[in-house]
Amino acid sequence: MAELFLEVFGEEIPARMQVAAEQRMVESLSKALKDAGLGGDAPRSWSGPRRIAVSIQGLATSQPDLNEERRGPRADAPEQAIAGFLKGAGISRDQAEVRSTPKGDFLFAVINKKGQSASEVIPPLISSLLAQFAWPKSMRWGRGKQRWVRPLHRVNVIFDGQPLAGSLSLGDQDEIAFGATSFGHRMLSPSDIPLTTGDAYEAALSEHFVMADRHKRVEHITAAMREMTTAEDRMVKDDQGLMAEVAGLVEYPHPVMGTIHQDFMSLPQEILVVSMRSHQKYFAVLEKDGQLAPRFITIANMTPDAERDAIIRAGNERVLSARLADARFFWDQDRSQPLEEALPRLQGITFFEGLGTMGDKAERMAKLAGIIAEKIGADADKAKRAALLAKADLVSETVGEFPELQGIIGGYLAALHETPEIAAAITDHYRPEGPQDQVPQDLLTVAVALADKIDTLTGFFGIGELPTGSKDPFALRRAALGVLRLIAQNNLDLSLNDIFAEAAKGYGFSQASDELMPFLHDRLKVWLRDQGIRHDVVAAVVRMNDSRHDRLVHLISLAQTLADVLASEDGQGLMAGYRRASNILNAEEKKDKCTYEGDVDQGLLKTDAEQSLFDETLALAAHDLQSTDDMVAQIKRLGQLRGPIDAFFEKTTVNDDDAAIRGNRLNILAKIRGLMESLADFAAIEG
Amino acid sequence: MTRSSSLDRRKSFQSIILTLQQYWADQGCVILQPYDMEVGAGTFHPATTLRSLGPDDVWNAAYVQPSRRPSDGRFGDNPNRLQHYYQFQVIMKPSPANSQDLYLGSLKAIGLDPMDHDIRFVEDDWESPTLGAAGLGWEVWCDGMEVSQFTYFQQVGGIDCDPVPVELTYGLERLVMFIQGVDNVYDLDWDGVPKDQGGKVYGDIFHGAEVDYSHHNFDRANTEMLFQHFMDAEKECASLLDARHPLPLPAYDQCMKASHIFNLLDARGVISVAERQGYIGRVRALAKGCCEAWVAQGQDQDQGNSDQEDHPNG
Repeated sequence: MAELFLEVFGEEIPARMQVAAEQRMVESLSKALKDAGLGGDAPRSWSGPRRIAVSIQGLATSQPDLNEERRGPRADAPEQAIAGFLKGAGISRDQAEVRSTPKGDFLFAVINKKGQSASEVIPPLISSLLAQFAWPKSMRWGRGKQRWVRPLHRVNVIFDGQPLAGSLSLGDQDEIAFGATSFGHRMLSPSDIPLTTGDAYEAALSEHFVMADRHKRVEHITAAMREMTTAEDRMVKDDQGLMAEVAGLVEYPHPVMGTIHQDFMSLPQEILVVSMRSHQKYFAVLEKDGQLAPRFITIANMTPDAERDAIIRAGNERVLSARLADARFFWDQDRSQPLEEALPRLQGITFFEGLGTMGDKAERMAKLAGIIAEKIGADADKAKRAALLAKADLVSETVGEFPELQGIIGGYLAALHETPEIAAAITDHYRPEGPQDQVPQDLLTVAVALADKIDTLTGFFGIGELPTGSKDPFALRRAALGVLRLIAQNNLDLSLNDIFAEAAKGYGFSQASDELMPFLHDRLKVWLRDQGIRHDVVAAVVRMNDSRHDRLVHLISLAQTLADVLASEDGQGLMAGYRRASNILNAEEKKDKCTYEGDVDQGLLKTDAEQSLFDETLALAAHDLQSTDDMVAQIKRLGQLRGPIDAFFEKTTVNDDDAAIRGNRLNILAKIRGLMESLADFAAIEG
Repeated sequence: MTRSSSLDRRKSFQSIILTLQQYWADQGCVILQPYDMEVGAGTFHPATTLRSLGPDDVWNAAYVQPSRRPSDGRFGDNPNRLQHYYQFQVIMKPSPANSQDLYLGSLKAIGLDPMDHDIRFVEDDWESPTLGAAGLGWEVWCDGMEVSQFTYFQQVGGIDCDPVPVELTYGLERLVMFIQGVDNVYDLDWDGVPKDQGGKVYGDIFHGAEVDYSHHNFDRANTEMLFQHFMDAEKECASLLDARHPLPLPAYDQCMKASHIFNLLDARGVISVAERQGYIGRVRALAKGCCEAWVAQGQDQDQGNSDQEDHPNG
């Protein structure tokens, strides 16, 4: 068994692409080796700014020999058939054997193909893998035709300890010959590194100031940052996304901490954090109480060195000051006028072709937020005001520079002239922004957040811009999930159809799209399953074809109750009874070509069992089922049917010889079916 | 920082330019002078735009290009933003295998030894909608400061580049501010001559211009006339690209003119958001036409049937 080691080395790969590329490289190489019959154990892999490497052990040193026998046509078959067979098997007429079989004489091809050695098989396999390797964005360079993410310089291929000869054609007679020599840190050790095996890879690179292992880089950065912040009794602001990016920007990570000039500490913290993060990729530092500390940490790609660190620190501090001076300029501009005065400029921004301007959207949102606020018990006037101003920060200088601060800047600006509740509603109205994001609980905020999302959904659905497959350019799924979570987590009993209709009015549509409610139902199904509710229970409750079911909290309660009931012993017994009843009904209805839905004739009730089952059915049917609570209670009561159903089937034969009695019994079963199916589609429950 | 403290002639604005020119001349670049028209960036110089496409199989050039971005004017008040600034531009076609090393060598030449700093190549793809051009590359960071753009051109004027050129753009003011350790662009030492001997800082030379041009760009430029000039340039460009006898270079001058006029109109705030895309598209159409005519002319010359003799210059 042998090891294959592959390293590709070139110019800086964008940080965001490295991990995925490493995985694709691992997968495609493993698959190619397996397909070639060489096997292979679980791979190890590395990636960083300038290299991706993979090691696969447990490979055969040659392909297995191929021993195959193929039967061809009869020996006296037409020439054409014989020629075809010989060609397919890759042999000449002389090499074919004629064998007698009970059915006559046939041609046989005996193929004994010696497996090729791995060192012959692997080089072309790697060339084609690299030639076809897909990057999210790729380029050509020099005179080459080959595409790669940035210029590629070296391809190192070592099999069983030996370099393998081969090459990657770049087109136009240019090529990269395979080698076994990597290269060190660009500044700290710009020299060749002989490669041997995957096991020795990390040590070999580390001598040349390259930390090959991404996790070690992350650990190193984390530990070093913790050390320097703890010394000041502070802590690093956790930022996984930034960490992932930074770990792809450096080969020899070395955190350097600098100071934010005190002039800028009065800026809103979000502006400071975003300026540092998005432009400079600095980590923020927090005081013990969670307030932003006047510190930043940059991750340099150099070894620690007091003199150099001082230069790096001073340079970064100066850059940050210039950035923050810009940010402060924008912020001061924005603060100099009330948020309200920005509204006219919203008319200059198109929301979407056919859906008006952002100014139009703000006006629609205001109306809708007022209506929603009334329904959920929030202050309608404040909701209208907050919704009207919610988008005004889109024309602010600060949001122009930092789009990710939309809402937050609006909130800060609103706080200068509006009530605190209105400012808070503006700040959080984009939330929840993803499945993990917090859901606002303040009802005023909820009203504005719902109005924004429902307006967007109604608009795009109204002009037929629906998400298709994996494409959802306007994040409508996220908006729908937001609506659902806002409603579910605040337990809002809202009839969405009414609100969709109001939203449609705002656009001048004659009605809301028929596809809106099913789209919400789809999200609800996924969400319920994520809450741990069985998929068949979800399907039984969320019936897509029933758009009357527009009260999401109602569906959620039913699903949760039904799941509980079905998990109980009574519930399981009930299901068995239901299934038996509906199987009999289905069979008999099919036979009789009719649907049993008639009244039960009490005079025809012959056994105690059928009498008590009917009584129980009557008792259940007597309950009011107007509200969600009624239905939830009814589902819980269904368990009471279990005993009478069991007794009924035990003691009574449905198919009595007397047709009238039989019909009456089928009507009892039909009552039970109707009773249950009015609550949920029990037929969808799996047993 | 006061300039009397440590005036180092080698760090003056003009010295950095001279050093960069010498360095790239030593690498075999043609050292050109700025193009004599208003442009938004060094990329617009025909030595980059057109020569990226043809006819030369090899083209290495470097030059300073004064660049204008009318809406970046700040009336001389902002320490970092100018409506007129300088770019140092290098274009090498085909991109050499050691492009990054050559670039780092240039930093070392102007006193930024990569061993003394933290240099990083951070993903930054470049696109010029007005030129129909795009490329992949990085912004180069020195101690967190973006000191250059590094781009492998893939397309110019909508035409695929083959061979592929690499473009290096140094933002000179920012770079020299970094080297001199100056926080305000107007304090940059220009000539390395002490003030008491008549030495000049950036502000001595350009502050007045920044104030005046800011007024011009934002308030005074005659928009009616500019709209007319835009249309004139557009028309003239089209007529110079006339299929019977296209003149790509003069036509491209008109394209640059249209682009700058559009930038001025944009600064004057008379182009709505909705119209903006339309204007950019019109300039791009001109650029595309010029590039196509330029490439076609190059192919004619390759085939030796140029009609240049019929129309001698001068």
